[in-house]
Amino acid sequence: MTSQDNDYILQMNHIDMFFPGVKALKDVCFNLKKGEIMSLMGENGAGKSTLVKVLTGVYHKTNGQINFDGKTIEPTTPLASQKMGISTVYQEVNLCANLSVAENIYIGREPRGAFGRIDWATMQKNASDLLFKELGIDIDVTKELSFYPVAMQQMIAIARAIDTKCKVLILDEPTSSLSEHETQRLFKIMRALKEQGISIIFISHFLEQIYTICDRITILRDGTYIGEYEVKNLPRIELISKMMGKEIKEGEIESNVDKSKPRQNIFIETEHVTVPGKVKDLSLDIKEGEVVGFAGLLGSGRSEIAETLFGTLLKSSGNIYVDGVSVNIKTPMDMMKKRVAFCPEDRKVQGIIGDLSVRENIILALQAKNGMFKHMSRKRQEKLADYYINLLRIKVSDREQLIKNLSGGNQQKVIIARWLATEPNLLILDEPTRGIDVGTKTEIEALAVSLAKEKGMSVVFISGEMGEMVRTCSRVMVIRDHEKVTELCDEEISTAHIMQAIAGDYHGKSC
Amino acid sequence: MRKFLSDLVASQNFPFYVTGVLFVLLFSIGSVAFEGFFSPQVFLNLFIDNAPLIIVTVGITFTIISGFGGIDLSVGAVVSLTCMSLAILMRDTSLSPFLCMFLVLFIGIAVGLLNGVLITYFRLQPFIVTLGSMFLCRGLTAILSRDSVPIDNAIYSDLAFWSVEVGGCFISLGAIIALTCVVIATLVLRYTSFGRGVYAIGGNEQSARLMGLKVDSIRVRVYVISGFCAALGGITYSWIMLSGYTLHGLGMEMDAIASSVIGGTQLMGGVGFMPGTLLGVMIQGTILTIISFQGTLSAWWTKIVVGLLLCLFIVMQAVVTAHKSKLMNLKAEGSIPDKKR
Repeated sequence: MTSQDNDYILQMNHIDMFFPGVKALKDVCFNLKKGEIMSLMGENGAGKSTLVKVLTGVYHKTNGQINFDGKTIEPTTPLASQKMGISTVYQEVNLCANLSVAENIYIGREPRGAFGRIDWATMQKNASDLLFKELGIDIDVTKELSFYPVAMQQMIAIARAIDTKCKVLILDEPTSSLSEHETQRLFKIMRALKEQGISIIFISHFLEQIYTICDRITILRDGTYIGEYEVKNLPRIELISKMMGKEIKEGEIESNVDKSKPRQNIFIETEHVTVPGKVKDLSLDIKEGEVVGFAGLLGSGRSEIAETLFGTLLKSSGNIYVDGVSVNIKTPMDMMKKRVAFCPEDRKVQGIIGDLSVRENIILALQAKNGMFKHMSRKRQEKLADYYINLLRIKVSDREQLIKNLSGGNQQKVIIARWLATEPNLLILDEPTRGIDVGTKTEIEALAVSLAKEKGMSVVFISGEMGEMVRTCSRVMVIRDHEKVTELCDEEISTAHIMQAIAGDYHGKSC
Repeated sequence: MRKFLSDLVASQNFPFYVTGVLFVLLFSIGSVAFEGFFSPQVFLNLFIDNAPLIIVTVGITFTIISGFGGIDLSVGAVVSLTCMSLAILMRDTSLSPFLCMFLVLFIGIAVGLLNGVLITYFRLQPFIVTLGSMFLCRGLTAILSRDSVPIDNAIYSDLAFWSVEVGGCFISLGAIIALTCVVIATLVLRYTSFGRGVYAIGGNEQSARLMGLKVDSIRVRVYVISGFCAALGGITYSWIMLSGYTLHGLGMEMDAIASSVIGGTQLMGGVGFMPGTLLGVMIQGTILTIISFQGTLSAWWTKIVVGLLLCLFIVMQAVVTAHKSKLMNLKAEGSIPDKKR
């Protein structure tokens, strides 16, 4: 082994990992030096957590090699990798809420007294000392974990991880539930650990934090390895473009938006709306006859904002107005009655009902809106189905075909038809073009624009593809970390501007 | 005062306190209403009459605490199978009664092991698996003999009637074993890694696995314990009945579940306290005693009262859980205080 290799505490080479039917990781490499803080970046679903779980033995890799501390290892269980010196704090607090704080830190390795019994007094004293010395927290460790707020639970999870004498500490989104002050405290702890020569893998979607604390960044996208970079040599905009896999092109995409009509009447407006952990202080308005885009990374909270507008997520504070009247949303039905329609992100899970026919899928939302027990004549159903099959040019053999036998693009059109049948004033399309062919994509984009132009409908268009935003939207709201950071209007909208805005380098002129 | 109440409701032992107060209340009602009710012997009889139920409930409480819909419906049938096997072994063989008792314990262990393995490694619902083994054991009992088989071994009868004098009153061997079981189970749950593991997997199995606990092994052992307790309960049951019969222990699993829940065990898993479970059985026993002192009421009134108590306790659990999550939400808003020692 050369001296250069010894700089690395952990090397993961050419890791492949299959889930049944899906390749979750493709030829991923990951190198971690001793005493460095490395960030693992990527959009949601890029494979960050999967890679971590391969390392900690929760999942088992299909191919590849892991070298840790000079040896080749095969992590088989979380316990085994913990014993080797790899400790993890997972995204959701993975502790037992029904046990005491002290137990949560020491379970599985409790101090023993006479006859091998668990020595509670020592355990509680150790726990209390550990929390105070390492983290500066002074709490009653005999209380149940559920007695403390999530932020504190996160700190307790960290205490557990660092007490196991680890060489590599993995922090998977530890800061999402921490306040600014608590995050600073965590960073202090991380720097102290780094001083002691412990290597840290830090996963976070807060760019600010990455640039504050990390030395290097490894980027993943769709389960593949994009590269590793020194933080100081990687401008944010480049980081964003690498994560999304889009080059920043200056060549412009033509907008299809009809700019001739002035748009004034506000259909829906939100004022300081907050959904704990999902949406932060959101104020926006959507006017009649415009297509508004929500742009942001996957997991930035753009879908959550849509769900808040539709009533599947309930706000804890703030106001929502429809047509200038304050509404109190309790269920999505309240918003359906206000003529809001929502085509969700994952049509397979949240949208289609595979074993029903196209006709039945189309009338579903209208039927629900009218009341499940109100009869809708077969003739009317067929008329509606035929009308929308024609309008959206849905390719079916006949209207009684089962929806599961259609192609993805046509399924998506059926879902859109379902909501159009309720004659909405606001249509929310969450990733309507994901995974469908180019031709259908263009049709759906054109549909969004024409619905706004001809019927005066408001449309919210959510997509990870900047080009689509540019082609369809007259306004783009940029979402980062569950917050609307800026708004771009008409001429300002370009792929470059949107991506810069996501990275925080560009602010829209007020519109 | 308000804060005191709020803390009391949120404390882990709240259900135990409620059960304790309820027991004292019931016993007092009996003592005031009926002459001769308030005596040490009436109190000890609670243990003597309910020894099998106490032991079975100890086992079932383990399974409920362990979560994943943990339950063991086979215990009543195991009791019956144990009694029948004892009766047949002593009728048809010349084995020593002690050896017979030793052998039948393995029936319980085997059934528990079967339950545990099916539930753990095949990820099957405990309800269905143990329902299956319940039918299996009940059926096996009937195959052994459709009629009641009396136990007339002299040594065995002596053992069944053996008792110790405590300050002028007496307590049976069954009751002593039952109380020993409660004490051992309490200590195991409190002072061994296995015991804490049972709570951990009941609280959050995923977390327990990630924290490096041997979740599967713990779960199998939980069902083995439950099977073992059922067989032990069966032996003490045979001391009371001195016979083997297919209908012995019928519905005992339900009484055990009810006692466990009244004793503060949460059906969701992760919460439970063995002495509470004991109180749960004793509350049922007290109601039965009150009814027998009263003399004219049907014994089925016990079921009515127990039914009402169950509803009450489940509602109470829901209220306590709601209260806790309300406290949590209040705190989640606030941040970690910077306190210095």
